[in-house]
Amino acid sequence: MTPSACDKPAFSTMEVCGSLTVSLREFGCEQSLLSRPDGSASFVQGDTSVMAGVYGPAEVKVSKEIYDRATLEVLVQPKVGLPSVRERSQEQCVRETCEASLLLTLHPRSSLTLILQVLHDDGSLLSCSLNAACMALMDAGLPMSCLFCGVTCAISTDGQIITDPTAAQEKESRALMTFAIDSAKRSVLMSSTKGSFSVHELQQCIAVSQKASEKIFQFYRDSVKRRYSKSL
Amino acid sequence: MFSTVKERVGEVLLPGDEFSFEAEENISLTAPVKSEKVVCGPGLRRCGGRLVVCKSGVLRHKEPNVFWIDSQQRRYVPAKGESIIGIVTAKSGDIFKVDFGGSEQASLSYLAFEGATKRNRPNVQMGDLVFAQFLIANKDMEPELVCIDSSGRANGMGVFGTGGLLFRVSLGLVRRLLAPQSNIRSDLEQLFPCELVVGMNGRIWVKSASVQQTLIIANLLQSAETMTAQQRQQLFRKVQQGAF
Repeated sequence: MTPSACDKPAFSTMEVCGSLTVSLREFGCEQSLLSRPDGSASFVQGDTSVMAGVYGPAEVKVSKEIYDRATLEVLVQPKVGLPSVRERSQEQCVRETCEASLLLTLHPRSSLTLILQVLHDDGSLLSCSLNAACMALMDAGLPMSCLFCGVTCAISTDGQIITDPTAAQEKESRALMTFAIDSAKRSVLMSSTKGSFSVHELQQCIAVSQKASEKIFQFYRDSVKRRYSKSL
Repeated sequence: MFSTVKERVGEVLLPGDEFSFEAEENISLTAPVKSEKVVCGPGLRRCGGRLVVCKSGVLRHKEPNVFWIDSQQRRYVPAKGESIIGIVTAKSGDIFKVDFGGSEQASLSYLAFEGATKRNRPNVQMGDLVFAQFLIANKDMEPELVCIDSSGRANGMGVFGTGGLLFRVSLGLVRRLLAPQSNIRSDLEQLFPCELVVGMNGRIWVKSASVQQTLIIANLLQSAETMTAQQRQQLFRKVQQGAF
């Protein structure tokens, strides 16, 4: 989708083309694949693949306990090497999103641990981690007020907006944005941006991400339906 | 709202799905007001004037007006009145600390056994298995267990388990085993005679005539979690024919 003119002043009402088709790479997921965690899921977007495991509500150290809410801890393990500062910032983004959608007040003085293992990184890693985290939290049966999904947009040097970019497209882009969208009102729960872009472009990317999130939420619904369709 | 909830019984719902009160077009001033009551079970929460789903699963209904979400879970969250299998981990003063697989350990007073007095203490050691039920179990307080019912009788609860095998299964399988007309239980009865203690926290203790039979039953129950009824009956029949 190309913006009509980059030097137009930003308007308060957003105009998005009616016939907007958002292209996402093929995605797939699997739930309950690990036997030890209370909930686990693996999410694949194109070639990017992330596995998530959730433990909780479990015992918490007295130094870390919060008297009225559960303590959520997120750990991101990269494919190679030890976690570094980049993984810490990804953990922060995922943790803020999860805290916004989980009902933490139902389990005070307990701990919820979410571990994300990067299996392969081919672009859109943060949004793939968010999707895997949401499916794992659902699999563990933790009470949530709404679902969330992650969508990554890249703005290329000629102004085109690409959703779900590959690693090569990310490298050539001038701006990269990841949004966490919630399922209730399609509002933005978390945003992580890199690069330079205008306010108009930011608003367009948010609109495009909200459109893309509908496909992902429909996919969540279909996979959970398939899971419960077996009559036991 | 009762009708909107009822028509979605049997559907798979996700967290965030909601049911709201439908505004009536004509409110009659003369007819008596029909008060609808909807009882929400696990997985459903009331948020202002809406009913919101907070776990993913199948919506179930029991007459006259009870609704709940049937979800598959592995981690147990204590609820009052449920009977569980716990392991005694510590003896501190007048209470035992019992681990039942939840976020904290429950306390079990030594007087909460049948026929226990201050002079006549129950014979409970560290590492023993106890079958107890929750007296206090909410999110704000430490959970408390008792091994007697409200009239002071043991009713099957207390220390058990000389020999036998304790293993973990999912909560859904335990609920299916404890249901009134349980297919799994009736299939199991036709296999070998065995002693079975089922805790709602996903723990099952089984003891049979020989160690081999005990292991067979444990393996069958663990693998019956994800099988359909037909596959399970096939497997049980195979085991019966090749039984030792």
